[in-house]
Amino acid sequence: MPYYSGWRFDVAYERYQSWGRYPKVEQEARILYWGDESLPTYECEDKTILPFGNGRSYGDVCLNEGGILLDCRHMDRFIKFDTETGILRCEAGVLLSEILQVTVSRGWFLPVTPGTQFVTVGGAIANDVHGKNHHKAGTFGCYVRRFELLRSDGARIICSNDENADFFSATIGGLGLTGVITWAELQLHHINNPFIDQEIIRYRNLDEFFELARESDQTYEHTVAWVDCLATGEQLGRGLFIRGNYAERIEGKLPQPSTTRLTFPVDPPFALINGLTLKVFNSVYYHKQWSKRTKSQVYYEPFFYPLDAIRAWNKLYGSKGFFQYQCAVPTEQMKNAIGEILERIGKVGIGSFLAVLKLFGDKPSPGLLSFPMPGATLALDFPNSGAKTLHLLDQLDAVIREIGGRIYPAKDARMRPEDFQAGYQHWKTMEAYIDPHISSSLWRRVTAQP
Amino acid sequence: MIAQATARLFAEAGYSLYLVARNQSKLEAVADDLKVRGAEAVHTANLDVLDYSQHKVAINAAINTLDGLDLVLIAHGTLPEQKACEQSFDLTQKEFGINTLSTISLLTYLANYFEDKGQGTIAVISSVAGDRGRQSNYVYGSAKGTVTLYLQGLRNRLHKSNVNVITVKPGFVDTPMTSGMNKGLLWAKPEKIADTIFRAIDRRRDVVYAPWFWRYIMLIIRMIPELLFKRLNL
Ligand SMILES: Cc1cc2nc3c(=O)[nH]c(=O)nc-3n(C[C@H](O)[C@H](O)[C@H](O)COP(=O)(O)OP(=O)(O)OC[C@H]3O[C@@H](n4cnc5c(N)ncnc54)[C@H](O)[C@@H]3O)c2cc1C
Ligand SMILES: NC(=O)c1ccc[n+]([C@@H]2O[C@H](COP(=O)([O-])OP(=O)(O)OC[C@H]3O[C@@H](n4cnc5c(N)ncnc54)[C@H](OP(=O)(O)O)[C@@H]3O)[C@@H](O)[C@H]2O)c1
Repeated sequence: MPYYSGWRFDVAYERYQSWGRYPKVEQEARILYWGDESLPTYECEDKTILPFGNGRSYGDVCLNEGGILLDCRHMDRFIKFDTETGILRCEAGVLLSEILQVTVSRGWFLPVTPGTQFVTVGGAIANDVHGKNHHKAGTFGCYVRRFELLRSDGARIICSNDENADFFSATIGGLGLTGVITWAELQLHHINNPFIDQEIIRYRNLDEFFELARESDQTYEHTVAWVDCLATGEQLGRGLFIRGNYAERIEGKLPQPSTTRLTFPVDPPFALINGLTLKVFNSVYYHKQWSKRTKSQVYYEPFFYPLDAIRAWNKLYGSKGFFQYQCAVPTEQMKNAIGEILERIGKVGIGSFLAVLKLFGDKPSPGLLSFPMPGATLALDFPNSGAKTLHLLDQLDAVIREIGGRIYPAKDARMRPEDFQAGYQHWKTMEAYIDPHISSSLWRRVTAQP
Repeated sequence: MIAQATARLFAEAGYSLYLVARNQSKLEAVADDLKVRGAEAVHTANLDVLDYSQHKVAINAAINTLDGLDLVLIAHGTLPEQKACEQSFDLTQKEFGINTLSTISLLTYLANYFEDKGQGTIAVISSVAGDRGRQSNYVYGSAKGTVTLYLQGLRNRLHKSNVNVITVKPGFVDTPMTSGMNKGLLWAKPEKIADTIFRAIDRRRDVVYAPWFWRYIMLIIRMIPELLFKRLNL
């Protein structure tokens, strides 16, 4: 349809990429504006479709090479919010940040939130995301009461624990493959105010981390550690342990909500790219905090979403993009496994800017392919330096494989089919629920016959 | 979508809203959303704007329900297929019906209402396309251009009655109306346009381009002498 056609400025439309900007694929996109639309399967007899949220997944789980993406972000309407019970129903394209804008002032917070608030409800369900409170609260999927699943044949399936429970559990953590979630109903968490009582503790090595974590996980709702990836030997795994609880009451005069009051030094954008600057950064970061412990009351944004303060920080890795690597390892082996991984990274010296370490709890998720398992999880970023990076990641896979851990699809762009299939034993069961018109780059990759 | 985004700003500011559109299920979805976002009250009514005979009824219903109006925003529209209109007067007439005549009809009633009331704001979405006719888009352009000119006169008339008439001229906006087009640098999100409209209402502006830089783009486009312009492939 030619409109303004004589003077159109065509610039590659960058929206449909994943956060790691790797891989780069050719695909088309259609926008779904309304929950009652049907899926455009008529146009794509021979092409597959895939729902797309806000592209905050790092790898290819939200990409569909050669196929069609269904942009769900514009289905962004609230439907009902009960301020008495904290039950919220909204369309699947609503961002978590938009939920908070509406609910925080009325005393409700997300029951579980990932490290960025710019993800959609649909994306949060499809990857069954977790947050700093996994040890207490479990995954996002634990708070999804109901949702509607729109299938390519036009069927609309209402799913909950007692209605179509099989589709319910296949869709939570279902990587977008079972259909388009049009709306969902969530149970929010009551808060007294938007502040967190935070404590940051500098710890010296991995043993100290595990001790601190075990102790803190009893009494703190939120816990996480930022690890200095380049420390070795005695200091392996050293970092800052951050723990917090929702504030009962606001201490002193009301602190001004402000995202500039960052606790973390997230300023050195250009330093991220090479090994030397990484070294400096990790070390500065570790020593940033002079005293061993600091306590403060902070607004929820810098506590939960420090990285959101720099929009589009992913571009700092350059056009080749970057890899995020997140694994989960079972409790029995976690100490050795995490140590081994950090050692291997230290040796290669192409360290990660962000290393985040946390213990997972044992609250089960309804999701069939949910990522967390009781034990520990480590998340790392690596600039894409081609074969060198891939080789290192293969080595890390070997550690995970040996101890029966798994890799997080939301952050993956390269794991091998064997590793996916070993990590997610239910993947075959999943196939029965996949919509015949839906597929993703990730799914084709991890289910390929070796 | 521009209307929805603007209504959200008013909802967040706690206003009471009366939504008019032709599709009932969309109306309900938007109304629910606005309630959760903080609107004091949201009412809805069905109207196909080509049904001129219902305009007066619809406006009166809104006035009665809200106990008087302070502000109206007219934001409906369609983007004609230029090539198809070149082959069909019926189609062109229909596009003028939706984009021009229905707006003028609504404005006829609304202008008298606000004139009597002696205060209020009328905001109407026209388009940068109405600033100069171009071969690729002159059916839409002239339909919107008529609205722009009509509003100019209306503003002049209602000024003494303390009624603010705002002409909103968006550039390229990423909405269902423009789906399927390649979106480049000059494209804006409906939220951006909504922001401009909200501020224009607050500041009682007359003509606003959205985003602002279109004022200068259109200034240049309008300055090109016709002798040259007619040779361009625009
Ligand atoms: C800075 C940062 C920090 C992060 N921290 C965490 C963290 O702490 N914990 C964590 O778990 N994750 C974390 N993530 C990952 C992120 O939370 C997930 O990748 C999330 O799923 C992204 O949601 P999205 O809306 O952007 O969806 P996309 O990335 O666009 O899509 C993700 C998946 O959801 C599917 N999908 C999207 N919408 C729908 C729908 N309407 N119906 C059905 N399927 C749909 C897609 O098909 C795809 O499989 C982080 C990401 C970033 C960038
Ligand atoms: N998008 C742009 O690039 C752009 C640029 C300049 C100006 N504008 C103008 O901005 C305004 C808003 O458009 P938009 O971009 O937000 O597009 P949009 O989302 O398509 O909104 C247009 C609305 O008009 C409604 N409509 C069309 N015909 C109607 C009829 N006969 N009766 C009742 N309602 C009718 C549509 O209703 P349905 O949903 O039921 O179809 C739709 O809600 C329009 O006046 C448009 O001309 C847009």
